[in-house]
Amino acid sequence: MRASGAAMSIGKLGRSAVGESAFRMEARGVSKVFGAHRALDHVDFGLLPGEVHALLGENGAGKSTLIKILTGAYQPDGGEILVDGAPVVLNSPLHAQTFGIGTVYQEVNLLPNRSVAENLFLGHQPTRFGLVDRRRMERESRGLLARYGLDIDPGSELGLHSVAVQQIVAIARAVQLSGKVLILDEPTASLDRDEVRRLFEVIANLKREGLAIVFITHFLDQVFALADRVTILRNGKLVDTCRLDALTRTELVRKMLGKDISFSGSTSLKTERPTTEVLLNFENFGRRRSVRPFNLTVHKGEVIGVAGLLGSGRTEMARIMFGIDPADEGRATMKGAPVGLRSATEAIALGFGFCPEDRKADGILGELSVRENIVIALQGKLGWFRALNRDEQLDLAGQFGEAMDIRAASLDMPVKLLSGGNQQKVILARWLATDPAFLILDEPTRGIDVGAHAEIVRTINRLRDDGMALLVISSEIDEVVAYSSRVVVMRDREMVAELRGEDINPGVIVQAIATHGETAHHEAAT
Amino acid sequence: MNRMALRNVVNTQTVALVGVLLLNWVLFPGFFRIEWQDGRLFGSLIDVLNRGAPVAILAIGMTPVIATKGVDLSVGAVMAMAGAVAASLVVAGYPAWIAVSGALALGLACGIWNGILVALLDIQPIIATLVLMVAGRGIAQLVTEGSIVTFSDPTLVFIGTGSFLGFPMPVVIAFALMVLVTLAVRKTAIGLFIEAVGVNRSAATLAGIRSRLLLIVVYSISGLCAATAGIIVAGDIRGADANNAGLWLELDAILAAVIGGASLLGGRFSIPMSVVGALIIQAMNTGILVSGFPPEFNLVVKAGMITLILMIQSPLAGHILGWFGRGKRGAA
Repeated sequence: MRASGAAMSIGKLGRSAVGESAFRMEARGVSKVFGAHRALDHVDFGLLPGEVHALLGENGAGKSTLIKILTGAYQPDGGEILVDGAPVVLNSPLHAQTFGIGTVYQEVNLLPNRSVAENLFLGHQPTRFGLVDRRRMERESRGLLARYGLDIDPGSELGLHSVAVQQIVAIARAVQLSGKVLILDEPTASLDRDEVRRLFEVIANLKREGLAIVFITHFLDQVFALADRVTILRNGKLVDTCRLDALTRTELVRKMLGKDISFSGSTSLKTERPTTEVLLNFENFGRRRSVRPFNLTVHKGEVIGVAGLLGSGRTEMARIMFGIDPADEGRATMKGAPVGLRSATEAIALGFGFCPEDRKADGILGELSVRENIVIALQGKLGWFRALNRDEQLDLAGQFGEAMDIRAASLDMPVKLLSGGNQQKVILARWLATDPAFLILDEPTRGIDVGAHAEIVRTINRLRDDGMALLVISSEIDEVVAYSSRVVVMRDREMVAELRGEDINPGVIVQAIATHGETAHHEAAT
Repeated sequence: MNRMALRNVVNTQTVALVGVLLLNWVLFPGFFRIEWQDGRLFGSLIDVLNRGAPVAILAIGMTPVIATKGVDLSVGAVMAMAGAVAASLVVAGYPAWIAVSGALALGLACGIWNGILVALLDIQPIIATLVLMVAGRGIAQLVTEGSIVTFSDPTLVFIGTGSFLGFPMPVVIAFALMVLVTLAVRKTAIGLFIEAVGVNRSAATLAGIRSRLLLIVVYSISGLCAATAGIIVAGDIRGADANNAGLWLELDAILAAVIGGASLLGGRFSIPMSVVGALIIQAMNTGILVSGFPPEFNLVVKAGMITLILMIQSPLAGHILGWFGRGKRGAA
């Protein structure tokens, strides 16, 4: 019977839930499969009226899939959605609106060149004799905006206002149209501190009015400041739903990053010192609005693991080092000689390589062949006029394809037809073909199958043993522990800790991510 | 090896060209007749080549631009400007080589301008080149002071109407440019880089390709090609007509590149196939003329043929053909 099932899931979901009708909206055991990839695996999610419910998880955890199911953009492959206790099928976001579910996205998707009032009432304008009653629309808009503490001219063009105001207008529109559930998908990503505070006031007011609010962000401070409960997803599975007042920051981070990271053992096995030969030295290296200046020395034959949550500045750090977003502070030296690092081309000429986090957007050349994808960086290094001919390209692609165990029917097939794991291997092969001295890998094992995962970790170890220096960014703490000779921890766009020796264990790393560096940085016995 | 070579020649474009030519022959039996007169070749087929040369030259420059996910709308206007500059210079008494150099330099400058707008200022190519498309014709009209500047400089006239080894000069120039640009992109890494930037500019840049410089070079080549076509057209009519020289030819050039297999989404390209595309367009124009159809039919018939060719090339058709071809490949 349904009642007993509901009671069970409520028991799991939170102490404040007391009856079946308590949830304004509920997802029961929803799953979503894309091809062979299980994006969401039997996830339960319950949303109470009058709460702000944070949804947390790293990239690929299934946050956006769950949101898309809750808003009707995707249909679940399993499980059911309930609104006020009754099962519903949501065919589209528009259909979800009729059940009272509204969404506001990070990028405001309103019409910036129309007036504020038009944006508020688009699609349901008040009419008079079949024509839009502009005066009434603006009058009602003014009242509506006042409720959100906005004193702006409803007739003014929306695009002239700040992103924060646009965001609030989007919320006002969503609440007015829907009124029961408000889903905020990273609403603060492009706001400054004051704007965030203003937005939070609006959200707190809506909460008091009884709205059920889902809040997605990767800023933990904001989660603790605003949310009542939190649901954590990891690799498509539900980790936990719990009240925030019963949770410490460290516990939260631990839930986000690892299954059950034990604080006791599992120290890194690589206690042997890296070769003492310094390859790179970054002094006070930083970039405004990106990463605060950091100091880092890179030796030959070592893997530096970079731990930190999404948005902590870990990717930004890699982009500065590789010259994509050049540093505007500090200096870098390579084997003692100053280097500029003003562009990727320059970094590659120095023997750098970079596997970006977003394989599809920044990594693969989808329409081009596996062969061309492998040789492209070496050819870029050789320049425009020293072209590798077809046979040389095939030799290289064959050699490095084999070294990385790339499973492709042909080296001339488009790389976009390969699986994610094989695409990642192609990009690794691309850099290995350039014989790099320093390789930066940003989340090299994300979203790939188990076999490819193991292959990549093996490759990292092999390259280190061959004397290459690697910087590996990963949110898989166990993985970072397994291959790093040193771990730097990023938090709030700042390098907050550098761990070595016995400090390289999951417990210390999680502690360092969650709190400030000093507490985690106890001296290693060497 | 032979089969490879055959596969490189037999494809949608060449089959379409042969088909259009055969259709012309059915409608006008004398279509394939070629005569040797006064040291040069004459005939409808030669006429197709000669009339098609300006668009073919534009297409040679347009194809790499399209392969980078761009487009150059300014080529028609650049033709008009180049013609106006060349004509004005010879009329002012400068020797032909200065007139030609001046026109080419102008084309190069236009290309660099477009390249800077696209590569450095990140303006969408269609908008960036629209600026010069509109302004260029205006500038050409200013240069010619609103009238058609006529000239009789023998060198310029030779470029437009002369012949070399029996072939009309425009054909010789177009062929030479096709070989030159094809070798320049395929015997270097430039072709690969163009395709990489067109497919994914961000990934190409992260792989170390200097995509900005590459884009400027690609638009410069297009500007140079357009200027060359402009000189030829001016030489042909012995005058610079700022209002009509190259009018709408940018669209024919884009069409030629697309018929040649280039995608406006960037990526794969073939300069010889784009030239074949230009010849298909011209063969249809000539065919309609020689077959005695009223010229009013011209545009409609052309549109119908092009729709047919593009349908054959569409992903859906490729899917269906691939489905039929799978059995064969499996057996091989």
